[in-house]
Amino acid sequence: MGRKILLDKINIPGIKTYEVYRQNGGYASVEKALKQMTPDEVTEEVKTSGLRGRGGAGFPTGLKWSFIDKKSGRPRHLVCNADESEPGTFKDRYLMEYIPHLLIEGMITSSYALGANLSYIYIRGEYMWVFKILERAIKEAYAAGWLGKNILGTGYDLDLHVHCGAGAYICGEETALIESLEGKRGNPRIKPPFPAVNGLWQNPTVVNNVESIATVPWIVLNSGEEYAKIGIGRSTGTKLISASGHIKNPGVYEIELGLSVDEFMNSDEYLGGMLNDRPLKALVPGGSSVPILPANLIFKTANGEDRLMTYESLSDGGFATGSMLGSGGFIVYNDTTCIVRNTWNFSRFYHHESCGQCTPCREGTGWLEKILHRIENGHGREEDIELLWSIQSKIEGNTICPLGDAASWPVAAAIRHFREEFEYHVRFPEKVKNRDHFVHEPFEKVRHLVGKTIV
Amino acid sequence: MIMEKYIYKQDINITPELMARINELLSHYPEDKKKSALLPVLHEVQDAHDNWLSYELQDKVAEILEIKPIEVYEVVSFYTMFNQKPIGKYMFEFCRTSCCATRGVEDLMDYTCNKLGIKEGETTVDGMFTVVGVECLGACGYAPMMQIGDFYHENLNQEKVDQLIADCRAGKITLHDK
Amino acid sequence: MKVTIDGQEIHVEPGTTILQAARMIGGESVPPAMCYYSKLQGSGGKCRCCLVEVTKGSDANPTPMPKLVASCVTGVMDGMEVNSKNSARVEEARKSVTEFLLINHPLDCPICDQAGECDLQNLSFQHGKSETRFIEEKRTFEPEDIGPNIQLHMNRCILCQRCVLAADQLTDGRVHGVISRGDHAQISTCLSKAIDNEFSGNVIDVCPVGALTDKTFRFKSRVWFNKPYNAHRNCDKCCGKTTVWMFGDEIQRVTARKDEFHEVEEFICNTCRFEKKDVSDWVIEGPRRFEKFSVINRNKYALHPPKVEIRTEKHILEGREQDQKRISMVEVPEKTNGNSNS
Repeated sequence: MGRKILLDKINIPGIKTYEVYRQNGGYASVEKALKQMTPDEVTEEVKTSGLRGRGGAGFPTGLKWSFIDKKSGRPRHLVCNADESEPGTFKDRYLMEYIPHLLIEGMITSSYALGANLSYIYIRGEYMWVFKILERAIKEAYAAGWLGKNILGTGYDLDLHVHCGAGAYICGEETALIESLEGKRGNPRIKPPFPAVNGLWQNPTVVNNVESIATVPWIVLNSGEEYAKIGIGRSTGTKLISASGHIKNPGVYEIELGLSVDEFMNSDEYLGGMLNDRPLKALVPGGSSVPILPANLIFKTANGEDRLMTYESLSDGGFATGSMLGSGGFIVYNDTTCIVRNTWNFSRFYHHESCGQCTPCREGTGWLEKILHRIENGHGREEDIELLWSIQSKIEGNTICPLGDAASWPVAAAIRHFREEFEYHVRFPEKVKNRDHFVHEPFEKVRHLVGKTIV
Repeated sequence: MIMEKYIYKQDINITPELMARINELLSHYPEDKKKSALLPVLHEVQDAHDNWLSYELQDKVAEILEIKPIEVYEVVSFYTMFNQKPIGKYMFEFCRTSCCATRGVEDLMDYTCNKLGIKEGETTVDGMFTVVGVECLGACGYAPMMQIGDFYHENLNQEKVDQLIADCRAGKITLHDK
Repeated sequence: MKVTIDGQEIHVEPGTTILQAARMIGGESVPPAMCYYSKLQGSGGKCRCCLVEVTKGSDANPTPMPKLVASCVTGVMDGMEVNSKNSARVEEARKSVTEFLLINHPLDCPICDQAGECDLQNLSFQHGKSETRFIEEKRTFEPEDIGPNIQLHMNRCILCQRCVLAADQLTDGRVHGVISRGDHAQISTCLSKAIDNEFSGNVIDVCPVGALTDKTFRFKSRVWFNKPYNAHRNCDKCCGKTTVWMFGDEIQRVTARKDEFHEVEEFICNTCRFEKKDVSDWVIEGPRRFEKFSVINRNKYALHPPKVEIRTEKHILEGREQDQKRISMVEVPEKTNGNSNS
């Protein structure tokens, strides 16, 4: 049984409400931080903890905080990124829905560390009922004196509000999120300047994921050193994993980083193995943007070591034989899944969500989708596979924000690991007419048709 | 998109309750940053006006927030949750991204559309139902799922869809949490 | 601050961008820019045409930048070394961007008023390919009328957003903007409002392609048949300094004066641009010079190219003539030889 930091109290009845949360030790970190620690000491603890941003990029949170411009004297802001829209990820929603005060407590402590007096939680518009939950929780916190002027008589003021988006994946990118918070279109800004210098309303701003902020209270109470003891190497602490796809027990799990992928997938404590005991075909370990892994690279790395749930182990082998931990959206596919169809599905998503600001992403994502759609529907050409590869390599790295990379990686990885399946679609269009073409005839049964001898 | 103003008409009614709520939202932002409240305000206004925003209504929002109408049009057309033409009373928004697709949302959408006698993106003649496919709603572990109003309906199957349609017809489904 | 671009050193003020430094050097090292416009605040970074490779970050931190950077929005650092035309990676990236810009472009240059002074044409001439890999249907938009002076042709737009910035910064009431998102984003007023403001005509000059053109000049002439003159008049709204485009004694078009990077020197008002089409309105200063290789200079100042005679064998010409007859009159049976297609 792994240690629980975020979901420790999730099963206490009524933990959603302020009273129960407070009775169970809630808001203790605010008391400790505001009364006994300086803001820099809080930042230092977070740095020591080795906590890495849980939104996907894995950038050390403490380091990010230390970049904020405190010298200019302009007002500072902390913005919590709850625009969770990465396909496969639904952990933040779980946290906010069932234990909203944990996030609010984290926001207060973190805002104090940054010296921010006006902070926001930016939640995606689709989570409207969670928006209302947070709004009520914030009102409770105001009423109990944890927010507002002169909190706990320490002279520290903080206003916290929740802001909702309205259906745009791109607003999960921190500068697009800031634009959206300013009431504009969610177009990512050109960096530099970084938000730490010019963010919300041109003031220094830090944008952090929900899970990162919700971890701060524990770190403040138990010290960063204690947090760093959990996990392996530079992957410290626990991580929420959202598991979905063809598995027995989908849902949100808190794991200690360093757990093996094998145990996570197959033990009854976690995912409980494959749905209907069908064979495993592929895994996307960190949300749709990260490269997909074929069955032979899931439990073992290319060197034959055990694959672990850490930032390092999952990316072992680079993109050639590895992937990324990303946001922890763990999507499992069995042998009935068509990888081409799934890649088309992801490409449609990125095409739909591209903001349209910069050329490679605006034009390239649509092109990728159209080609994949053709291949999947039996109108592919042999040269389309090379074309896909070429287009994705031209998008990657040439865009303003990482959405371009996120759109190209899944396509690249699918071609890299499942090229035969693309060839099968191109050469046997009559066999892929129905969308469930692999349900009755999994690819393993027809693989011989696209052996290397056929040109 | 451009000429729609002349096709659909909407009764605009900014009630005192709605205005009070708008003012509450405005109080969350600094005095000189009224534009920041645009998204939350649009949500509230849309909810109070049959779930869609005509250009006249968008102009009204621009007036309240003291910004140019084009700034509202730009934003409304960018975000998918704002509807620019009338839709059914109950909009079934099926998530159709990978995880839901692997758990059979496409079949379920076909089933729902057949049952209601419409195609994806259409509204039934009685104006009750609209079925649309949307991108990931963040409920991948509880697939297949759909959103009606503010709420999610998860782990769906054909029986549950039948039940939901019956509940909608009987007026038992809450759309917004006010 | 010292910066080296393609091996050429230059000293610039802090805060200069790489693109500005390259423009100071001039020549072939200047990256193409489709969206950056030095006279519009906040422009740049979107088209990705001006990507360059930074091989040395600065004297203080010499590590190269891993990704190509947009030179128009990246400030120089002391000791920075940049490769523009010398880098194969940059050339490849520019080719890619050009391809992306062209896949959905209608390629209707023969009927486009911008042809001859179009940045996209120049870009494709330098970095484009003659064939396409795009076999899908092109994206198109509904036409929209935006008033009597300006013609919007959305299919040609590359979404540089210069016109939006121009309307924001030059006029007091912007009525057009970018609506929708992704590859369906478009420039629109939403309600077909006439863009009506004394400085609105400048959106035509800042548009790098033929998306916004002068309605009063529409289909009048190809730009290279016009002769441009610098002219001025006393205008109470703007500087009054313009270029007038003449055909014989007729002024067919008035634009602002553009420099070698196709940016206007000073913005002009709509009265000068659209209403003053009489020679008597203007004081003509003299012919306007253009860069040597501009299309506009063709057939005017260059020597006449030698006439090339294509030698073809006689029976090939005869065969071609027969083919032409058949192709152009498919429905009409050929009576003479009985070899008809019908």
